[in-house]
Amino acid sequence: MSAEGRAWKYGDNVDTDAIIPARYLNSSDPTELASHCMEGIDKEFARGMERGDIIVAGENFGCGSSREHAPLAIKEAGVGCVIAKSFARIFYRNALNIGLVILESVPVVEETKPGDRLEFDLATGWITNLTRNRSYQAVSYPPFMQELLAEGGLIEYTRKRIAAGRLPSCASR
Amino acid sequence: MGHTLSEKILAAHIVGEQASLRPGDLIEVGVDLILANDITAPIAIREFSRLGVEKIFDPEKVVLVADHFAPNKDISSAEQCLIMSRFANAQNISHHYAVGKMGIEHVLLPEQGLVVPGDLVVGADSHTCTYGALGAFATGVGSTDVAVGMASGCAWLRVPESMRIIYRGQMRPWVTSKDLILHTIGKIGVDGARYRAIEFVGPVVDGLSMAGRFTMANMAIEAGAKAGLFRSDTTTRAYLAQRTNRSYPVYHADPDAEYSSTVEIDVGRIEPQVAFPHIPENVRAARDAGDVKIDQVVIGSCTNGRLEDLCIAADVFRGRKVHSDVRCIIIPGSQEVYLSALRRGFIETFITAGAAVSTPTCGPCLGGHMGVLASGERAVSTTNRNFRGRMGDPASEVYLAGVPVAAASAIAGRIAVPEEVTR
Repeated sequence: MSAEGRAWKYGDNVDTDAIIPARYLNSSDPTELASHCMEGIDKEFARGMERGDIIVAGENFGCGSSREHAPLAIKEAGVGCVIAKSFARIFYRNALNIGLVILESVPVVEETKPGDRLEFDLATGWITNLTRNRSYQAVSYPPFMQELLAEGGLIEYTRKRIAAGRLPSCASR
Repeated sequence: MGHTLSEKILAAHIVGEQASLRPGDLIEVGVDLILANDITAPIAIREFSRLGVEKIFDPEKVVLVADHFAPNKDISSAEQCLIMSRFANAQNISHHYAVGKMGIEHVLLPEQGLVVPGDLVVGADSHTCTYGALGAFATGVGSTDVAVGMASGCAWLRVPESMRIIYRGQMRPWVTSKDLILHTIGKIGVDGARYRAIEFVGPVVDGLSMAGRFTMANMAIEAGAKAGLFRSDTTTRAYLAQRTNRSYPVYHADPDAEYSSTVEIDVGRIEPQVAFPHIPENVRAARDAGDVKIDQVVIGSCTNGRLEDLCIAADVFRGRKVHSDVRCIIIPGSQEVYLSALRRGFIETFITAGAAVSTPTCGPCLGGHMGVLASGERAVSTTNRNFRGRMGDPASEVYLAGVPVAAASAIAGRIAVPEEVTR
């Protein structure tokens, strides 16, 4: 999986209320959620972004609530990937579980300016800033997480396990 | 090398063979309880249906609570709750709590005796970490995790590093466990415990009531933690004795357990705290708040909606009036809390003081309903997050505090410490 897009840059501790304000959580429709993506911090984003664009942010991206609506809104809006210095843990697992590509890299975040064109390749973990002609290696994923992303998320991964008769049942615990 | 409390609980729940367990390991665990609410369950139910599995793994181990936008605030919310109740009926889920039985989930589940020490709980709500107060490993996950968990009874987890926070000293008057956790978040920051499990230890926390422990474990997530645990002791056992017949193992951290860091806090230096907008780590002493006029006070939530909290609020409000410029909204965390508060006369005290009392709901904490803020308005709230726009308009402000400061501020019309209004 690879993609190219413009960078939308934000600071540290972008919280889930910024990504998708709670007033929109009375819907779980991905298209509806996507139309309010990042509205708590940037009213221009949902209107101005183009498919494949990349969110670049500082530390602890996605902190706060467990709402899966947050990565869902970003994915459905067509964001190619989110690159941050670090991610809050529930957002991190939610993103992988729904197949939203997220990458950790401190130098990319520090050296990217809003509007720069970035390209990433999930298979190699390379991120290239095409505007500044620089390449970076993102923090690599453990094999299990690579597999999750390759399958497109936890549901697809689990369906495959079920089909192969490999789903453990903990019902007897 | 010994193991921390978290590592011992995780090791007891691991699926399949694994000789030893270290921080950083990715493991699959069997869970004792899975939780979702009216916001997160509808997505979980949709994703569950994509798995092609007909029945959930165990109808007694899935809990569904309609608490966020319930009683239904609008048609869309009503539809979300309907998706949940239809699923609960179809799957014979007995722990489905709708209006009339529901409470705020993290007040309700412990009260119902659904969590015991040593349990592994996953919930599609970030404040699931509240149950760490009981010595359980409880952590917030997403809706898709709940979907797969409902099918298999399993979840994937990364074994967290553990950090230890030791509380010593004598708590000052009007200082509550909320002040201890706000102070802690101010000290370590909103990502100070990111990906880690906190163990709250020391003589001060040993002396806390269960309500006090729930408040602290609840806000572990506000420091980025995966879980926040207390060891179970006589206080835990006394709390559970009236609520469950389940037997449970008692795990203790080994003396040579490895912690990624240890923080020591002298509680004698802590005054009642306030977290200023727009991040919970922006903490200072309420006394140093300056002249911050307020429009609303909320007392309640999964953080501070228990009987003990309402008891403190009643002590402050008794014989006093809510300031004419302030809307004070008090929300008991469950039907049981509400009824007990009623019997003890707290509700009458609140209404006489000029406060509104609501049926249990998360409502205003996340700007859902029952107290949404207009542009430019300020609230002092006993809830857990003060992100921009959290309680309403992006240009509103939320100041987090414990119950004594919230109640005193409601009376003073500005951020105040209890001594200013109780003299």
